[in-house]
Amino acid sequence: MKQKLRRSMLFVPGSNTGMVCNAFIYQPDTVMFDLEDSVALSEKDSARMMVFHALQHFTYQNIETAVRVNPLSSPFGLQDLEAVIRAGADIIRLPKTDTMDDVLEMEQEIAHIENRIGREKKTLLLAAIESALGVVNAVDIARCSKRMMGIALGAEDFVRDLRTQRTKEGTELSAARNQILLAARAAKIGAFDSVFSDVKDKEGFVHEAQYVKGLGFDGKSLINPNQIPWLHKVFEPSKKEVDWAIEVCEAAKDAKEKGFGVVSLDGKMVDAPVVLRAEWILDLARASGVLGEEQ
Amino acid sequence: MKDIEKYVNPKALTPSNAPFFRYEEKRKGEERRAKLCLSIEEAIYRSGLKDGMTISFHHAFRGGDLLLNNVMNVIAKMGFKNLTLASSSLASVHDPLIEHIQNGVVTQIYTSGLRSKLGEAISKGLMQKPVQIHSHGGRVHLLQSGELHIDVAFLGVPISDEFGNANGYSGRSKCGSLGYAMMDAHYADYVVVLSESLEAYPNVPASLHQDQVDAIVVVDEVGDPSKIGAGETRMTTNPKELLLASHTAKVIEHSGLFQEGFSIQTGTGGASLATTVFLSERMEEKGIKASFGLGGITGTMVYMLKRGLIKNLLDVQSFDEFAAKSLGENKNHIEISANEYANPSSKGASIKQLDIVVLSALEVDVAFNVNVITGSKGLLRGASGGHSDTAAEAKLSIIVAPLTRGRIPTVTKRVNTVVTPGESVDVLVTDQGIAVNPKNRELKERLQKAGLHVVDIHTLYERAIALCGEPAQIAYTDKIVAVIRYRDGSIIDVVRQLA
Repeated sequence: MKQKLRRSMLFVPGSNTGMVCNAFIYQPDTVMFDLEDSVALSEKDSARMMVFHALQHFTYQNIETAVRVNPLSSPFGLQDLEAVIRAGADIIRLPKTDTMDDVLEMEQEIAHIENRIGREKKTLLLAAIESALGVVNAVDIARCSKRMMGIALGAEDFVRDLRTQRTKEGTELSAARNQILLAARAAKIGAFDSVFSDVKDKEGFVHEAQYVKGLGFDGKSLINPNQIPWLHKVFEPSKKEVDWAIEVCEAAKDAKEKGFGVVSLDGKMVDAPVVLRAEWILDLARASGVLGEEQ
Repeated sequence: MKDIEKYVNPKALTPSNAPFFRYEEKRKGEERRAKLCLSIEEAIYRSGLKDGMTISFHHAFRGGDLLLNNVMNVIAKMGFKNLTLASSSLASVHDPLIEHIQNGVVTQIYTSGLRSKLGEAISKGLMQKPVQIHSHGGRVHLLQSGELHIDVAFLGVPISDEFGNANGYSGRSKCGSLGYAMMDAHYADYVVVLSESLEAYPNVPASLHQDQVDAIVVVDEVGDPSKIGAGETRMTTNPKELLLASHTAKVIEHSGLFQEGFSIQTGTGGASLATTVFLSERMEEKGIKASFGLGGITGTMVYMLKRGLIKNLLDVQSFDEFAAKSLGENKNHIEISANEYANPSSKGASIKQLDIVVLSALEVDVAFNVNVITGSKGLLRGASGGHSDTAAEAKLSIIVAPLTRGRIPTVTKRVNTVVTPGESVDVLVTDQGIAVNPKNRELKERLQKAGLHVVDIHTLYERAIALCGEPAQIAYTDKIVAVIRYRDGSIIDVVRQLA
């Protein structure tokens, strides 16, 4: 199955009117409206209303939308869910997912709302793993629901749980990153890295982005639109990669036209995952503007 | 002596005032300090200023100008009435002019810009005669054609000698280029230099010259150095400005003009400044150097000059202290007059050699007309500047503006006030799409081929309206409060009094 590019997930505080109105212009791969931690208690209702309207506005129809809702255990969680599923959010981001049950409970509520309103397009789930327990349960969390499109590391809460703090080197996160990545890949879903908080530190950001890309992550959560072009640049494939991908895809197309079951390139057999990888690189290249639409 | 009359003009035999000609006893060196006046009053008295005359100022000190208000206060105190004020532009700091207008000291204004409370008061009918809004090049044209005749020019400088040799790049209140003041010094009947400090003769190189200057007054301060710099000098972190800058840099890169020896002019403000930064990166990657940067010069342009990315800076106005300082230090940073910069009837205006100009806008309409003078409420709150001059002459004129500001659409069906005609505009860059003037088909194809988000300007308009709603019409009376003069002196639009 072809994957959607999700390099950049831009956090937009649901209570920040300017950002809610403007976030789409920065063209992140996914806009992530937040109703949870970035919204003050006194603004929970107004933020929910604003995101409810934004999701239905024409400016957000051609971009993937996710909403981080409040936990179902809070007085706001269910209300958030009722509003944003009605408004057409593509993805619900679960806050602080520790166990499989957290996911199943959320899935049940979502399904219930979808049934009631007759929504046909299934709302997807993205679990944020922000605790040691969550990391330990990552495999179960990733595999427990068909709606699950990815798991993401929430580093700030996670390091507190580990009783340490974030460093530029990120050694404190290495176990969690690897575990989350493995769990995601085992479940054949996406893996997303945490935010990088120092918005002025381009060098540090790029360094971290290159590192997590190297590990195999699909993308990162972002807190500032200025980080989008930096991140997309990191994910921009090299000319060599693009040339290789074009060759593989052409060979695959050729094999399909000729009715061959096996794709071969320069006499070597090319596996199906390799073709998928090549297609993904071409998607990246198109999104990065290094490859014209006609190719 | 008798025979001589056959060969020379007899008038030449009449004794003149030149020393020694009349064989009078005259001490050598007596006239050396003769231009120095003890006060502004003395200079005004000596100038022979009369009611109904035209006085002028330059705007190189921008928001930090302290001179115009001081001189106007003296003029008012001396009892002059019915004067025409021809300042090359006016800033918010000049709001005290309202009182002088109310008292009949000033009854007519020529300027490039009007802002703040003064702009608001004039929009509401403060003056009987409409203000004449001109471009920077257009002002020189008006001076040259004789419509605008300056009787007395009051030219503030940070430094001058006792003979009137003055420049703007040394001293305390550095303003950099005196490109606009040069024109007043050239055309005015009487030229008063007001200097913050007096240098030993000769103060060279000079921008205003000894043979142009009639009187000199040393004043405590001409400007507030902290407010002379226009806008931002540091790289913006505003995401929307950075986005606009990134789009603009891409338009330039794929315009077909981005090649060795190209030339560029940009304005102040976050997006403009960031555009030059992004462009610098592309120039370094591709090994391209620009031949010159023109117009109002910023610190970023100076940085490009120092890095060797631009070979020359032609500076009519220095936008910040870095530019002002560089003008005095770098031989490739050259001061040019407003005539050399943008006068349409000049024998040689640099804008005619210009490839790319990046301009801002308050409003742009679907015919690409640009308004840079009246705001969304119909108030005068901007400046014509070099906008129409550069748009008309540069090979590629790029307007950069967000599609909406708050809930005010920038792209409209018809601008409130036309300053720059759409025919001279090539492309509009917004945060939600790039619209190319249909007459520039080649550019459109180039940008599309490069994968940029090119849309029809009507689409942008519809989008802006979908986002903001249709704005209510501004209610005006019939009375004209300002006349917008195109660069050739013709009237391109008028601004009416708010109802």
